[in-house]
Amino acid sequence: MNLMLNGEPAETSALTVAELVREHVGAQGRVAVVLNDAVVPAASQAATRLSAGDRVELLVFAGGG
Amino acid sequence: MNDDALIFGDQSFSSRLLLGTGKFSDAEVMARAVAASGAQLVTVALRRFDRDRPHDTLLAPLMAMRGVTLMPNTSGARTAEEAIQAARIARELCGSRFVKVEIHPNPRHLMPDPIETFNASRALAADGWIVMPYIPADPVLAKRLEEVGCASVMPLGSAIGSGQGLATSEMLKIIVRESRIPVVVDAGLRAPSQAAAALELGCSAVLVNTAVAAADDPPAMAAAFAQAVAAGRQAWRAGLMAAADEAQASSPLTAFLK
Repeated sequence: MNLMLNGEPAETSALTVAELVREHVGAQGRVAVVLNDAVVPAASQAATRLSAGDRVELLVFAGGG
Repeated sequence: MNDDALIFGDQSFSSRLLLGTGKFSDAEVMARAVAASGAQLVTVALRRFDRDRPHDTLLAPLMAMRGVTLMPNTSGARTAEEAIQAARIARELCGSRFVKVEIHPNPRHLMPDPIETFNASRALAADGWIVMPYIPADPVLAKRLEEVGCASVMPLGSAIGSGQGLATSEMLKIIVRESRIPVVVDAGLRAPSQAAAALELGCSAVLVNTAVAAADDPPAMAAAFAQAVAAGRQAWRAGLMAAADEAQASSPLTAFLK
């Protein structure tokens, strides 16, 4: 399906948030997920289904003051 | 037993130097600077995951350091709502109870928005966060934030990254006099002497980032800041002499020397 990932149009075969994270992030460590402005906790990601047109943000820490 | 502990909410610290993690040339230098600083509270920001930029290089060494607590900031937020969302995102990543509320919509001066900051801080404090708001050096705003449950106030010394030093000392003195929570000078410091000056006028701590990250030798500069903060605090506790307009002789002006 087509959705928005980090502000860019993206194509994914994932059906759930957890699958999307595995597809896009793999083993690169922990990310936080926001789906249509709602934070999706790690424990809920496998059960949270995606829909076409969803807006997904994947976030990590960076250096900052 | 620490009789001069720095207390934010229900958390107690011995170091009065907080360190930011931005602008370092690499994560290894940053980690060495954190270690050299003795800082126990270290700020981090949020960014989008990018598969071309490995990200665990920042978090992994910090989380492995004993005695270091991460304090996520909400930098990037332009409104209270965005800042609250940033806090929730940060909690997902590290389970933090601390949040530095940092809302500065205008990139030219990065001045903190007092209204959005107040609204975000009030909501987050009500929700149990240990709230550390970054603010202009405004004594009334500082008191209002204390009243709504912030764990500290963090007034700026001067604009973020400007190195203009402690430009707000007269306002800071008023904030210190009226505050019952720690006052952390945050932003604009360039030299350890400025950090010492902040502690000498009664501020509880300082937060520095650019001053260390942009130094030629960041770990050495971090250690210098640690010494300056300790000296400034000790001077404050020792009771500085009063300044006078005229000379006050150190020894009696004895006539026999004429």
